[in-house]
Amino acid sequence: MATIAVRPRERMARRRRAGRPASSPLLVASAVVAAACALPVGYLAVVVAGEPRAAFEAVWEPETLALLARSLGLALAVGFGATALAAPLAWLTVRSDLPGRRTWTVLVTLPLVLPSYIAAYLLVSALGPRGELQGLLEPLGIERLPSIYGFVGAWLVLVVVTYPLVLLPMRAALARMDPALEDAARGMGARRLRLARTVIAPQLAPAAGAGALLAALYALSDFGAVSILRFDSFTRVIYQSYRASFDRTGAAALAALLVLVMAALLALEARARHRRAYFRSAPGTARRAAIVPLGRWRWPALAFCALVGGIAFLLPVGMLVYWTTRSVAGATDWSATLSAARGSLLIAALAALATTLAALPVAWLGARHPGRRTRLVEAASTSGYALPGIVVALALVFFGIRAAPALYQTLAMLVLAMVVLFLPLAAGSTRAALLQVPPRLEEAARGIGRSPLGAALSITLPLARGGVLAGAALVFLAAIKELPAVLLLSPIGFDTLPALIWRETTRSFFESGAAPSLVLLAVSALPLWLLVGRAR
Amino acid sequence: MRLARSILPMVAAATIAVGLAACGGDDAGESAGAGGDKSTLTIYSGRDEAFVGPLVDAFEKESPDTEIKVRYGDSAELAATIREEGDRSPADVFFSQDAGALGALQAEGLLAKLPDATLGKVDKAYRSTAGDWVGTSGRVRVLAYDHRKLTASDLPASVFDLTKPEWKGKVGWAPTNASFQSFVTAMRKTEGEDKTRSWLEGMQANATKSYEKNGVIRDAIASGEIEVGLINHYYVLEAIKEGEADGETYPVKLHFFPGGDIGSLVNVAGVGILKSAKHGDLAQRFADFLLATPQQKYFADETSEYPLADAVPQDPSLPALGDIQQPDVDLADLADLKGTLALLQDAGVL
Repeated sequence: MATIAVRPRERMARRRRAGRPASSPLLVASAVVAAACALPVGYLAVVVAGEPRAAFEAVWEPETLALLARSLGLALAVGFGATALAAPLAWLTVRSDLPGRRTWTVLVTLPLVLPSYIAAYLLVSALGPRGELQGLLEPLGIERLPSIYGFVGAWLVLVVVTYPLVLLPMRAALARMDPALEDAARGMGARRLRLARTVIAPQLAPAAGAGALLAALYALSDFGAVSILRFDSFTRVIYQSYRASFDRTGAAALAALLVLVMAALLALEARARHRRAYFRSAPGTARRAAIVPLGRWRWPALAFCALVGGIAFLLPVGMLVYWTTRSVAGATDWSATLSAARGSLLIAALAALATTLAALPVAWLGARHPGRRTRLVEAASTSGYALPGIVVALALVFFGIRAAPALYQTLAMLVLAMVVLFLPLAAGSTRAALLQVPPRLEEAARGIGRSPLGAALSITLPLARGGVLAGAALVFLAAIKELPAVLLLSPIGFDTLPALIWRETTRSFFESGAAPSLVLLAVSALPLWLLVGRAR
Repeated sequence: MRLARSILPMVAAATIAVGLAACGGDDAGESAGAGGDKSTLTIYSGRDEAFVGPLVDAFEKESPDTEIKVRYGDSAELAATIREEGDRSPADVFFSQDAGALGALQAEGLLAKLPDATLGKVDKAYRSTAGDWVGTSGRVRVLAYDHRKLTASDLPASVFDLTKPEWKGKVGWAPTNASFQSFVTAMRKTEGEDKTRSWLEGMQANATKSYEKNGVIRDAIASGEIEVGLINHYYVLEAIKEGEADGETYPVKLHFFPGGDIGSLVNVAGVGILKSAKHGDLAQRFADFLLATPQQKYFADETSEYPLADAVPQDPSLPALGDIQQPDVDLADLADLKGTLALLQDAGVL
């Protein structure tokens, strides 16, 4: 019976939300953002329509079906894996009396700054057939370890670099959750587990679902992990089409199929996101939720956090430090590294600002005016995130040079590319936060004469600011790692850390990229600390 | 106010970042149109900055009224970019790491015909048959071997001999590497699909070990893990140059397959000029510049690649290019890698 705290309001909430149509400025703004984000899809349509026969032949192969299954399988496995890892971490760092919660919070969020290509490379050098671990085991007569290439390796790396995408929104949702619901359920005699299932889980569902979706879509579009770990996903095959066979049409046809996979994942998430009310149940201010004492469970909990943080962050950093010290002293070009770091900070900050602003109307529409039209806007604005970076970059090359030659290969164009690539990161987090703000408050503000925009700015956004900022941080961290868009779209001479790492690693061995990699981690850890370290 | 306070750090961070970039990076924000009276040559380079940078400096010194802008990237991705840009491309020159990317642009009709004077500097095996691009330096596929364990007489006469039982478990290759894949494409073109497939399957059955990169194969030979490996020739010379060992004490040596064997394919890095180039004359001068003696010497010294023009000698430890019989391959055909990838996957190599 504990569900009564949620269910009866559901119908009321739905009626209320359906009752107020979206204002036209909101619709126009979100349509513009969605159209910009759908540019890559438009580009794919142009290319495929140019040579429909060749496009058809490129995908009409039995292999395509297997490719589809592999990519979808990897995306789903990463989505679920990341959620399974993030859920206990979120609860432990927000609602339990885990000793040193703030430090643990930062540590287990830090893997977010790890680019997948670095994580994958480190995995291979640590656990590969001839990796560091094998070196340690060599005296025991072990010459080669079993291969980690393929699904398992790719899955492992992708879960490690994406679980913070689920962790951050879940933490935010847990922190914002109204304890009144739990109290009511507890008052009616619900036990802990039942409480978790009937009250906490449904409240967390939108945050977890949005996070899991981001993790899954990331897995779909990521190139670093699947290429280094040799898992033939869509992205790897698309890159091979460009790089090895210069097959533009074939690559576009495959990417168009990838858009369909994305649509399937979106539909799955939309189903999981029940139309429920997620805001507070009663008037007045929310109290802080009570902290649950862990008791004896403290030790396993600490061990769990240490294990995750150790494997996902401390170990990679340790290896990078080791390589930096091992590479010949003076081999690192510090002035180049510094200027690259400056470029990275600039583009990541601009990308975070622009993307967060662009995401506001989309997130608002998603939170307040669900429906078919909204789903279309959300799908369009997600497509850039689900596509490999090379496709998005080439799409902007194609449209940019024709539609806005004056902006071509300027910072403005690069920032636009980042918005297209990363909008869902900001939109998902913002929407989850908006869902927990009762629309009643806006209505009250409107009742005393505020304009819709005024009410949003003075009431809703301040209440949802945690989610908005978390979204901005996610975009910052994604943008600072981005490579293909930077290589193809930046002004000539504009340098970033991933570009520098790429140059170092193509020229020689990974060791010479270790120092810039460390700087990249350090620069990205800064905003993360600001956001996660500050809170509660 | 709470909103202001929480957004503040973000805005502050952004401002600091923008400020930092603005005050330090005068090379960064420069957008198009700020030309001045210098003419600007724009190069898309698939070869890396550490290597191209000195060439650019030398060219600018030679023509003081010129400014050169270089976009660095992966050769194939830059070729794809030029294709999307079409005739509006800001690029004048494409300097590619391999012949395949140049062949792809040639197939799209985006490259201008080079004058005979330029083409004539290079043997016709190392340039486009249609005259759209020209090789600037060559790299040879070789069998690197451990000379502590093997003498020259132990080495196979053909790459096809590596499937024999005496080489079981002793060979290394890099199936994901672009140069290796070009070599397999060349094998398909000269020897046919069936023979290539049975070679791949034979190698696979012979417990050939896979590595990520050419350099890793070289190191595996040096460390005694394997005895021979299929790599590009310059990786061994690079190790000798960087390390303290000289050519005699370094454990890895090069074996060139004789008699036009496909195992010793010569591939090139090369240059092409875009049809849409806004500075065609300057681009032409740059192409000729790369083929002139000092730059050809630079290739030989810096990367141990084979100079292709002006009879500049190669690294003294290497056999002359004329002594390596180039198998009968049109390098532009090496762009056809789709079949190669399918074959590699079919044979279970990838």
